[in-house]
Amino acid sequence: MFLFLILLAIAMAAVSGLPGFVLRRSAGGCERLAAAGMVGAACAGLAGAAGGMLGLGRDALAFRWPAIGGGSVGLDALSAFFLVPIFLIGGLGPIYGLGYWPHRRHPANGRRLRFFWGMLVAGMALLVIARHAMIFLLGWELMALSAFFLVSTEDHHPASRQAGWIYLIATHVSTLVLFALFAVWRHVTGTFAMEPAAPQALGQGVTNLCMGLAWVGFGVKAGVMPLHFWLPGAHANAPSHVSAIMSGVVIKTGIYGMVRWFALLPDAAPAWGALVLLLGVLSGVLGVVFAIGQHDLKRLLAYHSVENIGIILMGLGVALLGRAMQRPEWVTLGFGACLFHVWNHSMFKPLLFFCAGAVTQAARTRQMDRLGGLATRMPWTAVFFLVGAVAICGLPPLNGFVSEWLLYLGLLKGATDTAGGAFAALIGVPALAMIGALALACFVKVAGAVFLGAPRTRSAGTAREVALCERVPMAVLAVGCVGVGVWPSVVAPALDAATGCWLQGTGLDAMPLARAVPLGVIPLLALMLVACVALIVWRLRCRTAVAAPRRSLTWDCGYARPDARMQYTAGSFARTLVLLFRGVLRPAEHRPQVETLFPGPTHAHSHVDEAVLDRVLVPAGRKIEGAFAWFHRFHRGLTQHYVLYVLAVLLVFLCTLFPFRHMVSVWLKQ
Amino acid sequence: MLDTLIHIAVLLVVPPLLPGVIAKTKAWFAGRDGPPLLQPYYDIAKCLRRGWVVSETTTWIFLAGPIITLAATLLAGLMVPLGRADAPIAFTGDLILFAYLFGLARFFTTSAALDTGSAFEGMGAAREVTFACLSEPALFFAFLVLAKISGAFSLTPMLHAPAAAFSAGIAAPLILILIGLFIVLLAETCRIPVDDPNTHLELTMIHEAMVLDHSGPLFGIILYAAAMKMLVLGTLVLQVLVPFLPGREVLRGPLFLVLLVALAGVIGVVESVMARLKMRHVPYLLVGALLFCGFGFILLIR
Repeated sequence: MFLFLILLAIAMAAVSGLPGFVLRRSAGGCERLAAAGMVGAACAGLAGAAGGMLGLGRDALAFRWPAIGGGSVGLDALSAFFLVPIFLIGGLGPIYGLGYWPHRRHPANGRRLRFFWGMLVAGMALLVIARHAMIFLLGWELMALSAFFLVSTEDHHPASRQAGWIYLIATHVSTLVLFALFAVWRHVTGTFAMEPAAPQALGQGVTNLCMGLAWVGFGVKAGVMPLHFWLPGAHANAPSHVSAIMSGVVIKTGIYGMVRWFALLPDAAPAWGALVLLLGVLSGVLGVVFAIGQHDLKRLLAYHSVENIGIILMGLGVALLGRAMQRPEWVTLGFGACLFHVWNHSMFKPLLFFCAGAVTQAARTRQMDRLGGLATRMPWTAVFFLVGAVAICGLPPLNGFVSEWLLYLGLLKGATDTAGGAFAALIGVPALAMIGALALACFVKVAGAVFLGAPRTRSAGTAREVALCERVPMAVLAVGCVGVGVWPSVVAPALDAATGCWLQGTGLDAMPLARAVPLGVIPLLALMLVACVALIVWRLRCRTAVAAPRRSLTWDCGYARPDARMQYTAGSFARTLVLLFRGVLRPAEHRPQVETLFPGPTHAHSHVDEAVLDRVLVPAGRKIEGAFAWFHRFHRGLTQHYVLYVLAVLLVFLCTLFPFRHMVSVWLKQ
Repeated sequence: MLDTLIHIAVLLVVPPLLPGVIAKTKAWFAGRDGPPLLQPYYDIAKCLRRGWVVSETTTWIFLAGPIITLAATLLAGLMVPLGRADAPIAFTGDLILFAYLFGLARFFTTSAALDTGSAFEGMGAAREVTFACLSEPALFFAFLVLAKISGAFSLTPMLHAPAAAFSAGIAAPLILILIGLFIVLLAETCRIPVDDPNTHLELTMIHEAMVLDHSGPLFGIILYAAAMKMLVLGTLVLQVLVPFLPGREVLRGPLFLVLLVALAGVIGVVESVMARLKMRHVPYLLVGALLFCGFGFILLIR
C-alpha cells in the first residue's frame, strides 16, 4: 500500500510540469499548478516513506517487461530513508521557485525548469525503489538527463553551458561504469535482480571487482574527492533551488547506490572499509580546504558538499570495517552516522543554497567581497543562513553535531577495541576535528563577509528581503535542523530499521542505536545551554536597564571616518589558511607592480583553481587532442565521406564471413 | 549533590583569580609590585556597572558573541571533573560535546568581531579560527590517548583512570599529551608565546583585537568567560599531570585549587621568560603540539 503511495507520488511528480508545456497561454496558473503538484507528490511520497521506515509496507511489486526480462520495485527501510530527502526538497523547491524563478521574470526557461524538476524527482524516487538493475538504470538516466537540463537552465550564459556539458560527461562516465558493474553482476549471479549475494558465493576477486566498480560509478555522482570535478561548476551555475536539490539530494543517490550495492556484497574485505574511510578523509579535508579558497558564494557551498560527502563516507567506512570484522557496535555507530549525516546534509545544504539564492537575487552578485551588511536588510535570510552555518559546522545544539558525534564515537570505539580500529581512529578522529575547525573558519568567513559589517557595494546596500514564499521553505528546513539537532531520538528508529535492512544477508544482528549512545541526554543539554543563555541575558538586562547602549562608529584606532572598503575582506580572512595549505591549493595571486612615484588606480586579485578539472583533466584533454590531430583529416564534414566509412567498416565485418582461417591452414599444409 | 554544588561554586567564583595570579607572577619577575591579586574581580565588577557603546554597523550577533561564549564555556566547565569528584555532567561521548562547545563559542565570538566591520577585529578573528584548525586536532589526539588508556568515552572516567591505574606503560604517552595539552592551553587562552594579552598594538593581537568594540557589561562577560576557559582547560591539563605527582590521592581534594593556582603561576613564568612568536611561526608550535599528542597515541597502539 505504501509502495503504491510512492508510485503515485512518482507519477504526480513526473506530470507536474506537463500542463505548463501544453497550455502555453495560462503559464502563470500552470506555474502554481506545477508547484501544487509537486507539493502533493511530496506529501504522498513522505507518507509512503514514513510507512516504509516503520516497516509497514515491506512489499515488492514485480511486473513483466519482456525487453529487460521482468522488473521489480520494492520499499524497504533503506529505500524509505533516502526517499525522505528526495520528496522533502522536491516539494520545497517549487515553492521557493515561485518567488525565485517566477514565470514573469523567466518566461523562456521557467517552463522547462519546472518540467525537468518533476522528472528529476521522479527519476530519483524510481532508482531508490528499484529492485532490478535495469529499472535502477532507468531511474538513474532519467535523473542524470533532467539534472543536465536543470543545470543548463540559463544556457545563454557560456559558464552555464560549460558546466552542463562537464556534468553530462561526468554522469555518463558514471553510467558506463555502472553498465560494467551490472554486466558483471548479471554474469556471476545470472540475474539483474538486486538481491544480496549469499556469503562466500561470489569469491573474493568478483567481490573486489564489484566493489571497485560501484565505488567509481557511484563516487562520480556523489562527488568524492578525485571524482568531484563536475560538481563545483554545476552547483554554482545552476539556479539556486536547482543547486539545492543537486547538492542536497542528487549527490546522495550516489551514496544510496554505494550503500545498496555494498549491502549486496556481504563479503567485502576489511580493507574496503579502510579504503572508504581514507577516501572519505581525503574528500572531507580537501573539500573544505578548497572551499576556504573560493570567492564565489555558491562555489564555496559546492565544495562543502564534497566535504560532507567525505564525512558521510567516513561513517560508511567505519560501518564496512565493523561488518567485515563482526563488530555490530561499529556498524550501528558508523552506519548511523552515515545515514544521519545524509539527512542532515539534505536539510542544511539546501537551506544554505536557498539563502545564497536569496542573496544573489537581492544583491545581484555571488562574489562575497561585493556583499556585506545584509543582516540588517535581510534579517530573516540572515537568521536562516546562520542556522545552516552552525549546523554545517557540526556545532551543538544543531543537527550536524549529532551525526558527527556518532561518527566520533564509532571511531573511538574502534580505537579501544582492536589495533585495526586504532589505525582507523588515528586517521579519522583528528581529521574530523580538523574538518570541523576548517568548516567553522569557512562559515565565519561567509557569514562575516556576506551578512555582517557594512555593505561593500551599492547593490548590497539597497538589497531587500525576499518574498514570503522563498522564506517559508527556508524556515521549514531551519526548523528541521533545530528540531532534529535538539531531539535526535526521533530519528533513531528510522536509523535502526535502515541498519537492520543493510545488514540483511550478513548474519550480523544490528544493535539499536539507543543502546550504543545516550541520545536522550541531548535535549537536556540543549535545554541547559538555552537556560544558561537566558540567565545571562536576564542578568544583563537587570544591569543595563538604567543605561541603554549608546550607538557610535566602529572604533578604528582613532580613525574618525571608517569606510566599508576598510573592512577585512573574505579573501584576507582566508589568506592565512590558504597559505597554510598552499601545497594543495596552489593559489594564484595577481598583484600590481607599483613603479612610478604617483601610481594610478590598479587592482589585485587572487583565485584558487579546481584541482582535478583545471590542472589534470583539461591539460590531459588538450594533450590527447594534440596527439590525435592527424585524425581530423577524416572529419571532413561531407556526408558522402561518412557513408563511405560505413561501407568500409561493413566490408571489413563482411570479410569475417570469408573462410580465411581455412585458407591459411590449407596454405600452411602445402 | 554536595560535589555538584562545590563544582558549580568553584567554576563560578575561582576563574578571575587565575589571571590575577599570572599578573602577579609577571610583576614579580619584572621586579614590580603589580596589581592586587584580586584585580580581575574588580575589573569585571567595574565593567558590569558601566555604560556601553555599540557600533552602528552591528546587529544582534554582536551581543550574542559574549553571551553564547559564556554559556558554552559554563556548560563545558560542568563536564570536566575538578579534583577527585565526578563532574556534574558525564555521559558517553561528552568529550566531543566539550570540544565542540568551545567551537560554538568561537563561531559566535569571531562572528561578533566581523559584525563591527573593523579591519583589526577581522584580523583577530581570522587568526583565531586559523590557529584553532591546528589546536583542535591536537586536543582530540589527547582525548584518543585518554580513551585508549581508560576504555571509556566520558571525561570523568577518562581523566580519573590514569591516576587510578598508573603504570610505566602509560607514563610516556601521558607526558607527551601533557606537553601537547599545555601548548593547546596557551593557544586557546591567548597567552604568550601565541598571543600577548598586554600588547599595545592592535595589529599583533588575536583575542584582544577581536573584542575591541565590546565595552561595559559585554566586555566584563568576555573577561569572565576567558578566565573561565582558562580554568576549564587548566583543569584538563592538571588531571593529566596528577598521576605523576607524589601523594596524588591527597592532591585530588581541595588541594586541587592550590594546583590550579600553581598552574597559573607556571603560565606566568612562561609569559615572563618568553617573547611572543611571530604570527607565521605560531602554526609550527601548534603542529608541534599535534605531533606530541599524535605520538602519544601511536605509543599506545603497539
